Amino acid sequence: MTLSIKKVQETAYLARIAMSEEELNRCHHEIEQIFTLIDQLQAVDTQGIPPLAHPQASQQRTVPDEVTESDQHEKFQALAPAKQLDYYLVPQVIE
Amino acid sequence: MNIPITLEATNNTPTAFQVATRRVRSRAAECTDGYMSSETSTQQSRSLKGEGCEWESVIGLEVHVQLATKAKLFSGASAQYGAKPNSQACAVDLAFPGVLPVLNREVLTMAVRFGLSVNAHIAQRSIFARKNYFYPDLPKGYQITQFEHPIIGRGTLPVITEDGRNLSIGITRAHLEEDAGKSLHDAFNTMTGVDLNRAGVPLLEIVSEPELRSAAEAVAYLKTLHALVCYLQICDGNLQEGSFRCDANVSVRKKGDPQFGTRAEIKNVNSFRFVERAIDYEIARQIQILEQGGTIVQETRLYDSVKNETRSMRSKENANDYRYFPDPDLLPVEVSHAFIEEVAATLPELPWQKRLRLQQEYALSEYDANVLTSNKTLCDFFEEALAHTKASAKITANWVMGELSALLNKNNLSIEQSPISARALGGLLSQLADNIISGKIAKTVFEKMWASGEEAVVIIEREGLVQENDSAALEKVIDELMLANPSQLAEYRSGKDRLFGYFVGLVMKQTAGKANPAQVNALLKKKLKG
Repeated sequence: MTLSIKKVQETAYLARIAMSEEELNRCHHEIEQIFTLIDQLQAVDTQGIPPLAHPQASQQRTVPDEVTESDQHEKFQALAPAKQLDYYLVPQVIE
Repeated sequence: MNIPITLEATNNTPTAFQVATRRVRSRAAECTDGYMSSETSTQQSRSLKGEGCEWESVIGLEVHVQLATKAKLFSGASAQYGAKPNSQACAVDLAFPGVLPVLNREVLTMAVRFGLSVNAHIAQRSIFARKNYFYPDLPKGYQITQFEHPIIGRGTLPVITEDGRNLSIGITRAHLEEDAGKSLHDAFNTMTGVDLNRAGVPLLEIVSEPELRSAAEAVAYLKTLHALVCYLQICDGNLQEGSFRCDANVSVRKKGDPQFGTRAEIKNVNSFRFVERAIDYEIARQIQILEQGGTIVQETRLYDSVKNETRSMRSKENANDYRYFPDPDLLPVEVSHAFIEEVAATLPELPWQKRLRLQQEYALSEYDANVLTSNKTLCDFFEEALAHTKASAKITANWVMGELSALLNKNNLSIEQSPISARALGGLLSQLADNIISGKIAKTVFEKMWASGEEAVVIIEREGLVQENDSAALEKVIDELMLANPSQLAEYRSGKDRLFGYFVGLVMKQTAGKANPAQVNALLKKKLKG
């Protein structure tokens, strides 16, 4: 499978990673190598084998529906760059 | 992104729009009539002839039901609504490094309850995935949801429309996911405030098949679903607080066309009335564009209830590549057969089962049964009142749906907030059934109960409202009245029948309304004849 530089650029944008042209080129090369490996994997006949969602052959553990956390917003908000009236403040988001 | 808006804005001849709305006979036509009033009828009919096709709308709904758990989906923070901002957002909800999500067991019970109620396939193995996007109210940078392997598969919801049609609407799937936080855009000058109390609150997203054909059908579906999740006690059903939110996928096509048209998604409308208006508006908008030769852009649109219109929100062309993949923090969820059986055993009577039972057990009409079961609390109230009264089911139903509901509506109260308890209403109706008070007096007593919270018997005794059933006393009253009104008596006896009512009125006045109307009629008839 081949991958265009443009696709790498788009993916970087989706992940909000700013990349220089040099980085893009290097990344493009590395990803292409990963794709070669994927191609190899895809050559294996997996017909009739259920897809693997997790390498651990176990199931999700659950907890009862109980409130176990207390209000610690002051501690958490001490790390926030901006806050007011108990809200976290972020640069205005306008669609 | 704003192509559809441009199309709307440049449209100076709304005839096609109007004709289109007429043709689908949607309420949008009513809503836009004012706007269209300058158009002449000749223009309308010309356009109708010119275009030879009928349009059909295709609607599918995605409903987010907030599950009524105490804690969140993957953390032990409280999921209760209305707390101080960020006081219920713990390290897991805030995506602090090193935290891991652990699944709340209760949500599985709730999801399975829903699945069983709509006869859906329940996946014994489902998988949580990450849906990646960036937004300040989503601290992790992804939402944990279910994508390829939802817990609930195909099912069916029986729906009765307002005009009495029985529909069977397919449920495509229902999956578990976490809610995002809330952004406050206007309160902080140039900044946006973020409250993460809602982040991580469990939701069940219920997706319908695109089988709804009008806004009215969509609303009927929503009301049925809303009643159902309340019956199942998996959701508090509070629309104002966003416990039941709806996105609508709307498209139109020429009638008979097997292909679906391009759809637009209308986001987050949280009242039944607005859902109906938003869909009607959207149908009319799309028909207008298509009749003018335009194309529909697949996009997300936001409904503005003040202007009654939908507006383009964001383009879905490139930005929404969510890059789903199985969440490595969470193992596959397994639901055993025994667990499903266990949940099935606790399933309550469902609204449509109850509707049938009310008709069979109490001989109520389909209409009455429908109204009463539209709301679980209302129906519980009715059945409790009935258990505590000597009155018939029909009389009790009439009072619950009539007097009580009217007064609740007038005072903007829900049935839960009724100042008169079901037991107390039952007590009042017993007095009526026992002929202790008349229907007219019962209404007076009812109002006094509402105001004071006292029991019917207390009010009736204290105010001496007991119906006069003593026929000797009543005869005496009638005799006196006949003596006092000799000319009317003579006229009646000479054939003026309508004077009967005059005498009834006199007796009622004399007895302050306490006389038993049936007894008054019978005695008067006998006495007046002479």
